[in-house]
Amino acid sequence: MEATLGAEPAQERAGDGSPTPKAVRRDDRFGDLVFSILTGGAALLTLLLLVAIIGSLLVGSLPSMREFGASFLWTAEWDPVQEKFGGLVMIYGTLITSLIALLIAVPVSFGIALFLTELSPGWLRRPLGTAIELLAAVPSIVYGMWGLLVFAPIFSDYVQIPLQQTLGHVPLLGALFQGPPVGIGILCASIILAIMIIPFIAAVMRDVFEVTPPLLKESAYGLGATTWEVVWGVVLPYTKAGVIGGIMLGLGRALGETMAITFVIGNVNQLNSISLFDAANSITSALANEFAEANPGSLHESSLIQLGLILFFITFLVLSASKVLLYKLEKREGAAT
Amino acid sequence: MSLWAADDPRLALHRRRKATNVIALVLSLGAMAFGLVWLIWILVETAILGFSGMSTALFTEMTPAPNVPGGGLANAIFGSVLMVSLATLLGTPIGILAGIYLGEYGQKSWLAFVTRFVNDILLSAPSIVIGLFIYSLVVANMKTFSGLAGVLALALIVIPVVVRTTENMLQLIPNTLREAAYALGAPKWKVIMMVTLKAARAGVVTGVLLAIARISGETAPLLFTALSNQFWTADLREPMANLPVTIFKFALSPFQNWQELAWAGVFLTTMAVLALNILARVLFRKKD
Repeated sequence: MEATLGAEPAQERAGDGSPTPKAVRRDDRFGDLVFSILTGGAALLTLLLLVAIIGSLLVGSLPSMREFGASFLWTAEWDPVQEKFGGLVMIYGTLITSLIALLIAVPVSFGIALFLTELSPGWLRRPLGTAIELLAAVPSIVYGMWGLLVFAPIFSDYVQIPLQQTLGHVPLLGALFQGPPVGIGILCASIILAIMIIPFIAAVMRDVFEVTPPLLKESAYGLGATTWEVVWGVVLPYTKAGVIGGIMLGLGRALGETMAITFVIGNVNQLNSISLFDAANSITSALANEFAEANPGSLHESSLIQLGLILFFITFLVLSASKVLLYKLEKREGAAT
Repeated sequence: MSLWAADDPRLALHRRRKATNVIALVLSLGAMAFGLVWLIWILVETAILGFSGMSTALFTEMTPAPNVPGGGLANAIFGSVLMVSLATLLGTPIGILAGIYLGEYGQKSWLAFVTRFVNDILLSAPSIVIGLFIYSLVVANMKTFSGLAGVLALALIVIPVVVRTTENMLQLIPNTLREAAYALGAPKWKVIMMVTLKAARAGVVTGVLLAIARISGETAPLLFTALSNQFWTADLREPMANLPVTIFKFALSPFQNWQELAWAGVFLTTMAVLALNILARVLFRKKD
């Protein structure tokens, strides 16, 4: 009844020269086709972007690869005048700063996530969570400038000098704290990096802690477990994959961070000691400082692009691992409900 | 309580467990404070050092030569606003379309699966690598640094952010809404454009705002694409001044007036980025 009522006016309209239902349907099908091609094309474009990035980096680093081969990875020499290049100093700088940053950031992030999910009163949860997320939104150049001009001098006076005076004389351990305590250097860069990745790791940890089924937690509480025992013995094992995924995400961020590192790492190509106070260089800071000055088409430029390729490769692996782990948790969460 | 002797081992265990709990919770509180201290310290320091540099000259005068009194950041602010706007205009439609594909079309197809994966990688990929990519694609071919290259580099950062939020927001739309529209005979593209996308509008706008906030502070991808320019230019074929690279150059210089301008620039950028972030959150919360 309703259908015929609907159809009749349409046929009447057709008599006035308006589109017939058939024409409308044809237009709709055409619209559907165009729209699905557009959206699918956009998705494909995103996909191709990654391929294009890897491709262009590979092409750009070919001359350097041909010249230095695999020894690029363990040669420390970086001499634009004689055109001798090896990436060891930068690769070491990138890895060591990210590693120390993780050592600082992981426990702090865990504490923050624990606070936000179990301790904080409900009305504080949202503002505090937002504040931590805002820490992630602050542009990295702000961290860099603040780190160089505000943090580094204070860090030198109140952390580096006391550290050197106390731990500097301890055998073995003391080797980490040698050199002039001028503030900037590997340790300073690591601390700034840690501050920058804490919000990422903490946010993921908080989110995965929240997916723990309340039933599990309440059972543990019901058996008389303390808050700490519930988090350490129930929540953490349940969300293990997600937590590691979050840490990997933070690591990925730390590896690729550019501006903050460039300001505070000191930008010196050296690998003479294992001291954390020494100025050093990272892949990203070398790129930021030297790339615009390298002659187009030179071996110098190609070596820098190869450093970029190495960086992209490492972050790609780390971020993929993070994604897979987080996906695993998601799947289990879906299976549980 | 009186059932247990004071030296009962069970009581000792209880006390130890309680102590561990208290220590852990205090450390957790400390971690929270640790996180907040940095945020407050950075904001306060930026505000103090940056606010003294605020003046109308900042917005009307060009970047000065070293040690020449006066001057502002007008060309850099203009360049940043221009490049960020163009990059947003370029990246948003692509991002929304790809997000629609992931959310409405190929939820389970291999293309959607791979795209989602790749998009998440791009979301966290080092932005300096994006700069390298655009350099070899655009700058090396045009033989000059240019505003156009800067716009493209920033647009590539916008896309994954918008894709991600658009897809997430579309997934929040209840299926009954779609089914109701289909039942009325609407074709798929009309259902998406007029029903689901409209319902997810606030969320999508949030994503775009977050993307703008992200690229407003990005420096690394501009270093070897747009580079910088001492002068005012609106020509996309020339190197273009922009706030982040100007701040980078000025902050590392030994010149007093450049450093002051850099702090003023940092203050402006931080405030803009934080305002956009807060706006995005408020907008999205209203929708809840």
